[in-house]
Amino acid sequence: MQVGQIERRKFDTLVIGAGGGGLRASMQLAQADADVAVVSKVFPTRSHTVAAQGGINAALANVMPDNWHWHMYDTIKGSDYLGDQDAIEYMCRAASRLVIELEHAGVPFSRLDDGSIYQRPFGGQSQNFGGEQAARTCAAADRTGHAILHALYQQNIRAKTHFFDEYFALDLIKGEDDQVLGAVVLSIATGEPLIIEAKTTLLATGGAGQIFRTNTNAMINTGDGLAMALRADIPLQDMEFFQFHPTGIAGKGMLISEGVRGEGGYLLNADGERFMERYAPNAKDLASRDVVSRSIAIEIREGRGCGPNRDHVLLKVDHLGADVIKKRLPGIRDIAMTFTHIDPIEAPIPVYPTAHYTMGGIPTNRFGQVVAPMRHGAEEATPGLYAVGECACVSVHGANRLGGNSLLDIVVFGRAAGNHIIEFLGSNRYHQSLPKRSVDQALARLARWERKGSGDGESVTELRATLQQTMEEYCGVFRTDDVLQQGVEKVLEIEQRLEDVTIHDHSRIFNTARIEAMELENLIDNALATVVSAHARQESRSAHSRVDFPERDDEHWLKHSLYYKEGQRLDYKPVRMKPLSVESFPPKPRVY
Amino acid sequence: MRFSIYRYSAEQDAEPRMQSYELADIGADMMLLEALLKIKAIDETLSFRRSCGEGVCGSDAVNINGRNGLACITPLASLTAPIEVRPVPGLPVIRDLVVDMEPFYRQYRAVKPYLTVTDPIPEIEFRQTPQERDKLDGLYECILCGACSTSCPSFWWNPDKFLGPAALLQAWRFLADSRDQIADERLSDMEGAYKLFRCHTIMNCAEVCPKGLNPTKAIGNIKQLMLKRSI
Ligand SMILES: Cc1cc2nc3c(=O)[nH]c(=O)nc-3n(C[C@H](O)[C@H](O)[C@H](O)COP(=O)(O)OP(=O)(O)OC[C@H]3O[C@@H](n4cnc5c(N)ncnc54)[C@H](O)[C@@H]3O)c2cc1C
Ligand code: SF4
Ligand code: FES
Repeated sequence: MQVGQIERRKFDTLVIGAGGGGLRASMQLAQADADVAVVSKVFPTRSHTVAAQGGINAALANVMPDNWHWHMYDTIKGSDYLGDQDAIEYMCRAASRLVIELEHAGVPFSRLDDGSIYQRPFGGQSQNFGGEQAARTCAAADRTGHAILHALYQQNIRAKTHFFDEYFALDLIKGEDDQVLGAVVLSIATGEPLIIEAKTTLLATGGAGQIFRTNTNAMINTGDGLAMALRADIPLQDMEFFQFHPTGIAGKGMLISEGVRGEGGYLLNADGERFMERYAPNAKDLASRDVVSRSIAIEIREGRGCGPNRDHVLLKVDHLGADVIKKRLPGIRDIAMTFTHIDPIEAPIPVYPTAHYTMGGIPTNRFGQVVAPMRHGAEEATPGLYAVGECACVSVHGANRLGGNSLLDIVVFGRAAGNHIIEFLGSNRYHQSLPKRSVDQALARLARWERKGSGDGESVTELRATLQQTMEEYCGVFRTDDVLQQGVEKVLEIEQRLEDVTIHDHSRIFNTARIEAMELENLIDNALATVVSAHARQESRSAHSRVDFPERDDEHWLKHSLYYKEGQRLDYKPVRMKPLSVESFPPKPRVY
Repeated sequence: MRFSIYRYSAEQDAEPRMQSYELADIGADMMLLEALLKIKAIDETLSFRRSCGEGVCGSDAVNINGRNGLACITPLASLTAPIEVRPVPGLPVIRDLVVDMEPFYRQYRAVKPYLTVTDPIPEIEFRQTPQERDKLDGLYECILCGACSTSCPSFWWNPDKFLGPAALLQAWRFLADSRDQIADERLSDMEGAYKLFRCHTIMNCAEVCPKGLNPTKAIGNIKQLMLKRSI
């Protein structure tokens, strides 16, 4: 197909992704009367934000004393000092206001007796800079993500945001001077490509949990936006930091929220021992996620796992009583009963650490602008391009994200990006012309899957399964040089094998085989970024645990990695240790 | 285990047809979605929507042995073979199990599904007692899967005029919210013989809702409010 034949639409702003991050930004823009188009490969409320359970952090102090500065400290400590302190201060200061805005937008938060928003304790939260447990997570029962996503979608309907539902973004369009001018997208229903021209483009495409076999993520979480950035010569930051959530349902992966432990649930090994008391004497089961996940893995490795194969531990909840479980954890109870036939009111749930959250991503500053080393410095903004949410790396989560901080991240930076875009539009009134060749790369991606093979090559499904299995085996909770080296080689080999994969369905209308093929391309790019970055980092820092380098090494490794697709090159940049207004929190040993 | 699956694409087929598939390795607690994924691994031309795999995103409502449900939380063990899977009825088929949901979404948008407050907005949260909040339970959890509306005869016959159970459940969700301030407008919007009153309490909706919600009851509550307002 020729560029000239493709239909074109023009908007002030293009938002790719209709999860919480994209919809918070589009709401800001639409309410400010900007022309905004939101593209999503699924109907907005099917985005993965809908699955978030436990809640969103803000120091509202509704149940006990709290303030944003403590939240800031906890987030920095949780990040193992790899988070950027300016962005973290910004997020924690904004949190209360943003949660209240969500409430005003209609989110049905659970309530306390005085009519204020219900809050529960979550992992890694403290009062007074490391003191007593705090209760900072605002919750709508255990369906907080659903409540937030639906409310944001509803307010977007009201603000008349323009939606392109079930459109798959192929690639960004870049003009001269590297300015991003929109994207080429594909209507899944008709199979026709469409050029969306925009003065600014925001990527809010979510995480890449599908690079691992057992994960808590939706099948659509294939890291498309991250791969689009890579193909536009933008590096990905800190991809070696992938969070394994301590409590996925063993063998299946569905998430059992940290909110369960926040409400008083705890973990048991085969001896019936509450083992987290040994690993984290103070925080116990509410230590940060990397700590709990590693502890579980050690218990199992040392033979204290439960079940006939000693391959999981148990999450005990029944002592909370039927009332609390039904009122505060109804969704969890549903999931446990559906997938394990266990009613947590009666018996404990079998759990195992499960791939959950992409800490790394497209590097941005706290305005959501995509920043990369270009001509002048390490953090130069790519004109016209923004990123927020799980696909971005601001970085507020550093080496480990605290529970409840991602829903916060998406609304805080969704709004910030919206505001910055409004400002940008004020001084950039006109669309730039599209250079013809800029659309070619996207069209080549489409054309590649028109290729007809001999029919005996590998299928998309097979190669995807191989990739996921490889990442689980060679880039999991515990890592060594040797294993990671093999991992890199294996993923490179998978990238080679992709060349020979063909699909047999070349139809246009709702061709999901083609979508899955392009998702697989994206997954491979994400997996390679992850395993290459992991291989290079010779230290242990939270989610990245190297058996051969067991200590955190601030002298050499207190820095962000930047991975480039071209030649799998790595670069590094310093962590921003200077907050906006308060004193910096210097690195300290991390104990819970 | 034998499956019989509805196949159709305007591009290739003049008429829809049923296609059989046989799967050998059926795990003890496998869900229908996993079976569909296995079938797709054999025949990649089969199209259906799916995402979360755990009953929270509402992508995969289909008609299973004559009854609407979510493929991802329907255990194969609960079904008798051959398992017949069709698109949900009452909406135009795009391809195979994928229907055009737009008429359903249009109804949703028609009920102004957003909290609307006319007073000045305070700097803190709107206060709502736990008892007031309890009234939203059983309403806000809707995942817009469409299983209810597409099993409702009133919806099949009057999709343009009757709002259908899902949209009406959401209408009630906002009427029941102590924070919302446009109850009058909401009720006026639903006046007339069709929008609300085409519900004949057949109750298919409540019976199929995978989230255990009860649109019929919500519709009853709205009718009562209407009645109260008219006297
Ligand atoms: C089971 C689970 C529970 C969680 N619970 C919590 C919690 O309690 N608290 C918390 O803070 N965090 C939680 N998280 C994390 C949090 O939910 C996510 O990180 C966050 O919702 C991500 O939001 P997002 O807007 O960045 O992306 P998403 O919600 O994933 O949205 C991505 C959007 O991008 C679109 N998209 C992607 N690729 C393309 C493409 N190629 N073309 C077009 N559109 C595309 C998708 O359609 C979708 O609309 C949880 C995560 C999981 C998996
Ligand atoms: S009410 Fe139930 S069946 Fe109807 S759309 Fe909502 S979740 Fe689906
Ligand atoms: S796949 Fe999400 S509800 Fe079934």
